[in-house]
Amino acid sequence: MTELVTSPARGQSQAVRVLLRWSLYIALGFFVLIYLMPLFVMVTTSLKSLEEIRTGDLVALPRAVTFDAWFTAWSGACTGIKCEGVKPYFWNSVLIAVPAVAISTLVGAINGYVVAQWRFRGANIIFALMLFGCFIPFQVVLLPMARVLGIMGIAGTIQGLIFVHVVYGIGFTTLFFRNYYVTIPVELTKAAKVDGAGFFRIFWSIFLPLSLPIIVVTVIWQFTQIWNDFLFGVSFSQAGTQPVTVALNNIVNSTTGVKEYNVDMAAAIIAAFPTLLVYVVAGKYFIRGLTAGSVKG
Amino acid sequence: MTKWLEDHLPKLMLAPSFVAVLVFVYGFIAWTAWVSLTRSRLLPKYEIEGLIQYERLFASPRWDTALNNLYIFGALFIVIAMALGLLMAILLDQNIRTEGAIRTIYLYPMALSMIVTGTAWKWILNPGLGLEAMVKGWGFERFSFNWIVDPDMAIYTVVIAALWQSSGFVMALFLAGLRSVDGEIIKAAQVDGIPTWRIYTAIIIPSMAPIFLSAFIVLAHLAIKSFDLVIALTGGGPGFATDLPATYMYAMAFSRGDIGQAASSAMVMMAVVFAIVVPYLYSELRSQKDD
Repeated sequence: MTELVTSPARGQSQAVRVLLRWSLYIALGFFVLIYLMPLFVMVTTSLKSLEEIRTGDLVALPRAVTFDAWFTAWSGACTGIKCEGVKPYFWNSVLIAVPAVAISTLVGAINGYVVAQWRFRGANIIFALMLFGCFIPFQVVLLPMARVLGIMGIAGTIQGLIFVHVVYGIGFTTLFFRNYYVTIPVELTKAAKVDGAGFFRIFWSIFLPLSLPIIVVTVIWQFTQIWNDFLFGVSFSQAGTQPVTVALNNIVNSTTGVKEYNVDMAAAIIAAFPTLLVYVVAGKYFIRGLTAGSVKG
Repeated sequence: MTKWLEDHLPKLMLAPSFVAVLVFVYGFIAWTAWVSLTRSRLLPKYEIEGLIQYERLFASPRWDTALNNLYIFGALFIVIAMALGLLMAILLDQNIRTEGAIRTIYLYPMALSMIVTGTAWKWILNPGLGLEAMVKGWGFERFSFNWIVDPDMAIYTVVIAALWQSSGFVMALFLAGLRSVDGEIIKAAQVDGIPTWRIYTAIIIPSMAPIFLSAFIVLAHLAIKSFDLVIALTGGGPGFATDLPATYMYAMAFSRGDIGQAASSAMVMMAVVFAIVVPYLYSELRSQKDD
């Protein structure tokens, strides 16, 4: 759009415009500082010694940079009784997120393809029912899910968490793919059918090659959701199967011993790293997922 | 047989997801609703006893606090996030050369887990070593900022952290909205000599009404579901001062062993979400059918 606030309106002198432009940059810069401050504080605190934290300033740069807190956070910090850092839990999160993202994306792609391109009677109602499932507060399914996971024999396991994330992820993945495939004319599918191509053939040779952008959006969305999940992780895991978010919370809130703020901060950055990396590398797709996921029904 | 299979393949492919949603969403909601009407404590019972769990719930001071906190937190979070988001979007929409970089910075907290956000702010708001200590160290000896340990103020620290996490996202929504306003109308208004603030209040902002609605839905939804942030930031404390319905439900389900209370509080959360989301989804689906 046009630069409304600082565009030359009637009666504005050059000086006023420069002043406005400067205050604009100052305001924007102020917000930038506010947003960066916590990350800055986390990084600098993680590089300080406990002694320096106690005596120093919250936003001061470390006088003597030390990576001790990082090593402790990775492989020595205590979560309750065990003291093995976030490392095993980080890998738990990887083991949960990778299959759950892959399966829910694949299922969402097929579902979206069916709902958008093979419109049979009732398909829209099924889609609406799935869509509503995206918005329920998960508290309402926690109790029965805990019992069902027990009956299935996967309570407290990585597989159980994968299962839960897939089940409650397909609503969103279906939504993403459906909204994407709906823009492709149904005539294309019809013509391919006339030519003798079947359901999977059409999906495989026509739709999948067109789908790269939406696959990226979906994978990023699902990965961020699952990696950052805490509610399912804390409700359905056991001592050895907790995801990294749960381990981080346990480290920070463990009451035994000296509070090691530098270790807390290093552990938090480690837990945040994968999703931050995804955001930095593919921010455009991340934002598309956010807006598609939360705005368009 | 193959012909039948070929004809029904789309339905067959959708069937497992459909069944999963029926069981794990709607079946589970029904289960929770059922159990919320029983005398279940440590183990679920299935004899319906009426609304006793809801009577217990609304007689509980802890639930009362949780609901009050949801009102305070929800109202402040939604209103301030929208105001900040709109302000930042308008500021960014002035042909800023470094817009891309600034936008990235405003939005990155959205990529973080609420647990990470809570951990970071818990440290910053720590009165002994964080912000308060820092300002005191600058020579303002009487400066005090101990909201996080003050039962009356702790809920506002949750608001602060939640705003930091989500206001950038609202900014992105509004920025997209500002970009979709018809430039011709604005130019015409400028030519007519209408002052800038009037152009915003009379033309641009009213035309973004659907975006306000979307932002409201998203934020309200986030507020009701808020759980991780409270757990990481205050653990619901001091005492139960920052309990929200979500943390109340979790405490009843997993540490108090009171399934009846857990189920009834979950149903109240469900009802609130339902009241907000269903009219919205309904209108969205209808408008999609129209075009």
